[in-house]
Amino acid sequence: MSAADPYDAIVVGSGAGGGMATWALARAGLRVALVEAGPWYDPADEAQRTQFRYPWESPRRGASTRLRPFGDFNACIGGWELDGEPFTTADDTDFMWWRARMLGGRTNHWGRISLRFGPLDFKRRDIDGLGDNWPIGYEDLKPWYDKVDKLVGVFGTNEGLPNDPDGFFLPPPKPRLHELYYIRGARRAGIPVYPSRLSILTKRINSERGVCVYCRQCSRACGLHADFSSSTVLIYPAVATGRVDVYSNTMVRKVDTGADGRATGVSCIDRENRRELRLNGRTVVLAASACSSARILLNSISAQHTSGLGNSGGHVGRYLHDSTGASRAAFLPELMDRDVYNEDGVGGMHVYTPWWLEDAQLDFARGYHLEIGGGMNMPSYGFGFAANQYKRFLGERVGGYGNGLRDDVRRFYGSRLSIACRGESVPQYGNYCELDPNVVDEWGIPALRFHYRWTGQEINQARHMQDTMEELLEAAGGVLLGGKPGPERQYGLTRPGEIIHEVGTTRMGDDPATSVTNRFGQLHDADNVFVADAGTFVSQADKNPTWTILALAWRTSEHIVEQMRQRNL
Amino acid sequence: MNKTSRREALKSLLLAPLAAGVASATGCATGGAVNWNELPREYSYGRTEAERQRDRELFAETYFSEHELVTIAVLCDIILPSEHPNGGALDAGLPDFVEFIVKDRENLKLPVRGGIAWLDSYAIGEFGADFVNIGEAQRLAICDRIAWPDVGDLALRPGIRFFSLMRDLTLTGYYTTEHGFRDLGYQGNVANVWDGVPEQTLQRHGMRYEPEWLEKCVDQSRRDIIASWDDDMNPTS
Repeated sequence: MSAADPYDAIVVGSGAGGGMATWALARAGLRVALVEAGPWYDPADEAQRTQFRYPWESPRRGASTRLRPFGDFNACIGGWELDGEPFTTADDTDFMWWRARMLGGRTNHWGRISLRFGPLDFKRRDIDGLGDNWPIGYEDLKPWYDKVDKLVGVFGTNEGLPNDPDGFFLPPPKPRLHELYYIRGARRAGIPVYPSRLSILTKRINSERGVCVYCRQCSRACGLHADFSSSTVLIYPAVATGRVDVYSNTMVRKVDTGADGRATGVSCIDRENRRELRLNGRTVVLAASACSSARILLNSISAQHTSGLGNSGGHVGRYLHDSTGASRAAFLPELMDRDVYNEDGVGGMHVYTPWWLEDAQLDFARGYHLEIGGGMNMPSYGFGFAANQYKRFLGERVGGYGNGLRDDVRRFYGSRLSIACRGESVPQYGNYCELDPNVVDEWGIPALRFHYRWTGQEINQARHMQDTMEELLEAAGGVLLGGKPGPERQYGLTRPGEIIHEVGTTRMGDDPATSVTNRFGQLHDADNVFVADAGTFVSQADKNPTWTILALAWRTSEHIVEQMRQRNL
Repeated sequence: MNKTSRREALKSLLLAPLAAGVASATGCATGGAVNWNELPREYSYGRTEAERQRDRELFAETYFSEHELVTIAVLCDIILPSEHPNGGALDAGLPDFVEFIVKDRENLKLPVRGGIAWLDSYAIGEFGADFVNIGEAQRLAICDRIAWPDVGDLALRPGIRFFSLMRDLTLTGYYTTEHGFRDLGYQGNVANVWDGVPEQTLQRHGMRYEPEWLEKCVDQSRRDIIASWDDDMNPTS
């Protein structure tokens, strides 16, 4: 095909949404351009491999760096701050923004926690009168969740819970020892606990991908392709169809539109040689992450779209919201002087607690779930800090030097149990991102400026999280570590953006005056432009967003194919 | 530093005479030498070009003076001595690790440099020479005063902070080497099949798997069989 021939679809961004769109569209026979701001990546490539590295293979032993804030063996290249790509915040805003720059995006480091939204999660306004309902319900998305389960693979168990739906699960791994202590604590506290739900292959799912070998290193990306990342599960098979051109290291500036207001393609810049590039397409699918897609839309100003593409209702960037979070840890005296064996397990928790107080009278609106941590982790930078601090709980003196320290290290190894809560916030019109009129990145693209404040709902929820975590950790036999954060620290509530679940900036709805896309992620203002990332979320439940991104992106892609067949696109 | 063997070097360090009144700002410790296993300066573990460049720059940078580095070595050796079957801090190349990590993490630079200066000043005040140039018993006497964070003596606070930092860096630098892995008995970071907590460990902790829970868990003998389900979401493989 010649360079001027339009692609059937241009997909912007290669994370969960972009990967799924690329795979589904290419599989349906469309010619697809996949545009990714970072480089090509394959964890099976020895030159890029960090899995199974020992800490001494790094001069900093896995310590964090600016390029790898979660440690220098972490697979995800990106960060909270990117050279040459600033963002700004309003005075009253303390927003963090994670951006990945690589094939597969942030699916290279995510926790693999794969939770379907439940029926209630789509209709929260009906329950608490806050925010808005989704235009679709669980029954609309269920077939797509089913397909995602079978295509991608997720372990878990069918528990028949009303708002944590069953699925086509692979069997879960057995709990580790610290998780048995958590289970014991939860039983004592009367709080439910179930096998976790992670997209890690405990059984073979096809002949191409491997099965988990329990190294606990999903965050380093799996060379066996035994966990879900967009590149290994979706993009390589999509490229294998021969119908996908991948434009890596290519940053999209804006969506180009014609006199009829419809998209004609995208304008980009090749980051390696700083050359401008234009791609022509019949459709454009934005999946650059909620805030980056909003930024591209806001920057797509034309005579037909004077306030940015899709923004005639003024809602692009609005209703930005992230998960809430809080965490606490305890020392478990019963886990002192442990038997040492290989306890790595999968890359994440084997057990978790979903939200269990749907019917309770509480002073906040939405729920949260609990994620469990602990065990005999592989040492990396930071291991051995304050090595014998727990001696104070035993009435012994902390500190010292000499070979006695070795005994302390072994004695307390693996004796920590931690909980992290992840909750649902209430989306606010007043929490948003916009183009900063005064700041551009090195490509000349206006930077985003964030406005975000938590409300009393999230702060009260964090207080409840703290009480719950204390109750559970003590019931498990733990001695609480650190102080309990009070109102002066918003009960330990994480900063907006910190959980890296930002969603809602291009929310879907039936009314163009109050939403950006329709229920298929199709812009109200331009019918050949779609959003396939979490921007379309009306609200995000206390569930990690990836599984819903995948289901929505597949559904949107099938809609595109169907509309093309009907010659509506 | 002389290229003497490590044990020889330690010996000379231990036998060093008290260099009264001499507070050398540079130069080798005790007129002898302290040696350690040198760590590699080339690494390959899935780096991007920008990361390789950053590490090249860090390795090319000289931050510590030889005196500072020797002081670090002497402290690391006190914290985790070599007289142990699994080796000590110097066997694990700790001075090289501390040097690198301090350059990599800018916020460590001043605490370590200032800590060494405090230590030398204190040693001169107490025993008439900087830390590496006093006798071993005197060094340990100082460590005994600053190794315990519960000591309330305000004048010792900077030393206590510094010693705690050096203990942290020494332990983390040690337990992230093969020596440390051996010491800890760590057995992971290898492909394996997790099939639950060993039975004797369960018994030791008075734990058991709930039968209903266990029923749902993966049968590892069937892990290679491609998964299938019936229409009601029940696993059939």
